[in-house]
Parts: sequence; C-alpha cells; structure tokens
Amino acid sequence: MAVIEYEGATFHCSDSENLLSELIRQGADILFSCRNGICQSCMLKYKGGAPIPELATAGLKETWRNEGYFLPCLCPVPGDLTISRISNPGIIQRAVVVDKTFLATGICAIRLDTEKSFEYHSGQFINVRRVNTGLIRSYSLASVPSLDSSLEIHVKRLENGVMSNWMCDEVASGEVVQLIGPHGASYYLPGRPSQRMLLVATGTGLAPLCGIVRSALAAGHAGRIDLYHGSRHSEGLYLCNELREMVSRYNNFHYHPCVSGSTTREGHRHGRADDTAFAENADLTGVRVFLCGAPPMVQSAKRLAYLAGASLADIFADPFELRDLRSKTRTDPDPGKIGLPQKALTV
Amino acid sequence: MTQMTKPAPSLFERLGGAGAVDAAVDIFYRRVLADKSISHFFDSTDMDAQRAKQKAFLTMAFGGPNKYSGKDLRTAHAPLVARGLNGGHFDAVAGHLKATLEQLGVEKSLVDEVIGAAASTRKDVLGQ
Repeated sequence: MAVIEYEGATFHCSDSENLLSELIRQGADILFSCRNGICQSCMLKYKGGAPIPELATAGLKETWRNEGYFLPCLCPVPGDLTISRISNPGIIQRAVVVDKTFLATGICAIRLDTEKSFEYHSGQFINVRRVNTGLIRSYSLASVPSLDSSLEIHVKRLENGVMSNWMCDEVASGEVVQLIGPHGASYYLPGRPSQRMLLVATGTGLAPLCGIVRSALAAGHAGRIDLYHGSRHSEGLYLCNELREMVSRYNNFHYHPCVSGSTTREGHRHGRADDTAFAENADLTGVRVFLCGAPPMVQSAKRLAYLAGASLADIFADPFELRDLRSKTRTDPDPGKIGLPQKALTV
Repeated sequence: MTQMTKPAPSLFERLGGAGAVDAAVDIFYRRVLADKSISHFFDSTDMDAQRAKQKAFLTMAFGGPNKYSGKDLRTAHAPLVARGLNGGHFDAVAGHLKATLEQLGVEKSLVDEVIGAAASTRKDVLGQ
C-alpha cells in the first residue's frame, strides 16, 4: 500500500495500480478525459516521494517535466507520493523595490528584492500585488538568477492602467509589494546547446525573452539565437544598446529590431517582428521558438512556427493576457474576485 | 497436442502502433491547418489540446486503443456541424489522412484499411 497525498487529502493505493484510476475510484477531485495519455487533462504536479516513472512524462514539454508535471493516467503507483494540481498558486512573499529606471518613454524597469530566496527561471512570470489592495497584475521576469541579484520586471504604462500608472508615477525605491509565483513554463533549459533558437517579442514581451537569451548565453548555448523585437514606433524599441552590446560579445546572437509604423531609424527594420521573423526563417524544423507579446501576435506566430516545422513541444509561449487594455479604468479591488489565489501560502 | 496459433496482428500493430501515430500526427495536423477550406475547424487558441485531439483521432483511425464511441463522435462534432461541417470537409480531411500515410511510405493495402476505418465514422461525424 502506498500513501498518496493529494490536495490536502490522503489516499491509500495499491502499488503498481494505475494512479489515476485509484484516485478516481477513491473519489479524488481530479479532471480527466481520455485516460490514455492523449488529452493531458489529468496532468498533475509531483511534489515529492517515489520518483515518477518515465512513461508518465513521455511527450510532455521539457519545461513541464522540469516543473514536475506528469500524467497520472499513464502512471503506475510508484510508492508513497505527494502530488498536487498544476494550477499551484505559488508562494506569496513581500518584496521591496530597490531600483526603478525608465528604459523608454512609458516603459520602466523595476528591480525587486524578495525577503526570502526566490527560485525561478528567466521568462517565468510573477503576480505583483499592491499591498493591502486587490490590485494585482502579472509581469514576466527579465532577470537571470545566475547573473542578477534582484528580480527585474518591465512595466509599460497603459492608458487608464491603474497598476502601470502607479508603478510608473509613484513607486520608488523602498516601496513594498507582495509577489506571488513564479508561474509559467516558458523558459530556457540547457541540454541541447547547439539547437537553433528563434525569439519573437513585441512591446514589453521583450522582458522575458531578453532574460531567456541572457540565460541561454550564460549557460553556454552555442546554437544560433535570433531575437526579433517589434514595436509600432522606434521609441518603443528599448534595450537596443544593451542588446547590440551582447551581439558584439556573442557571435551566435543576432538582434533584429523591427518597426511596423511608417518611420524607422537607421538600423531598424521596417515591418512587424513576427512577419519579418517568419519571412527570414522559413524552415523551423528542430528550432526552439519563444514568443511573447500581444495575444493575437502570439497566437498567429505559434501557428506559423508550427507550420514552418517547429515541434509544438519546442514552442514556448505562456498565455499572456493584457488585461489592462480597456477603455475605462478598472475599478477593483475585491481580492476574492480577481483571481488572487485563495490557497496561496504566506511565507 | 493442440497447436498454438498466434492471432493475426491487428491493423494498429501492422502500422507500427503508437510510434506510427507519433510519426503521423504532426504531418497530418500541419496539413489540415494549412488547408484553408477546413483549417477554421482546426484552429484553436490551445494548439496543444488540438494536436492531442488529432492524436486521438489518428489512434482511432489506425485501429488503436481508444475509448470513443459513435455517440461520442456525434456529440463531439455537433458544434462543428452547426458551424457548417459537411461531406466536402470530411472528404478533405480523409484526403489529408491518406496523403499523410503515403508521405510516411505506408503500403497501399494498409492505407486503404485506415481510410476505410475513417470512412465508417462519416455519418456520426456529420450527424446524419
């Protein structure tokens, strides 16, 4: 008999029996559909205990495997286990703003130090909550754990955006916020150092992809890396000098700033970043692709990358909803109704 | 003494089992996504889930283990029928299935068996 801890309940399961079947039979609250490893709706997260057999993770994205995700429908009970749903809310902790720098008009970088150590991968995202309010927004991490001592997020001022205006106008060093996370499975893992990489970002979608490029280069990635960053106006292209400096240091890194509006500066390409990227990289067989930016761009780019030969398991794009793009100021803040994880642990 | 006779290998085994599905799914899904006459039925914001559906479909068409009944197919495709799914679309998908198998070098007799299995779902898929 193995003891399975799942979402606060304990189940006693026979060794080697199918884990999903055992959990369902005993009334566990668990989503499932095909029970054949195809639909992935039963996917759970491994927290500890006997190792999950390899067959229960076959075919999953490498970052999902790295997060401990596995399919209980393909998993014989391996022994005592602690598992959870994958929508794990993460950990809440306090963080203090240690630096704020404007990178371009209406775009600032905010650096944060957490009270306790914070493990993450560049490209994952955190939820930042204004203390004692329900105001909470998701931001991708631009910093690299092995290179940067603080966390870094990029905040774009949005018209009527309560959080972004507060961050751009009022937040200064010393401000304390709450931070929840990290979340997301769009990040770089070493292991295939000669693989080609293509990254396409628009706007502040550059933040996670810049972090991913820096972490890949720091890990010694040797394959060619192409980063396309797009904006409507030249002014929206930020970190240009830093990225060009990286180009001069790393032979395998290539940076393509793209402007879709009518005026371009010298050195900027004319056209949308995604159009330019796919026109110049027609065959993406075996290429690792990272996408971040406005949801319609990401959706269409994901499809194009797949049609150009990239494997879906090699296309990394976390769903990123720009919730702040609304005509009216969002009136919050009822913490219970805005997706603030109720079960999050306070540390 | 009784002679043990080995059962004839199933269609799924003759095609190469789960490995054959893995080899076919991306070729097939790319083909239907690139075909503008049917791609709108396959477009989804969750491409991973869509690909998983195509994998389930191929597993079934290849005679592999699946838990889908005719009723499931009917229910699952009803929203698409409401959006105009018709026999022409069905034939286009069957054509991509055939082309996928041919691209993989599957021998003709097996291709015919797969297409036959897919054709048998026609009424359920089209809600007829």
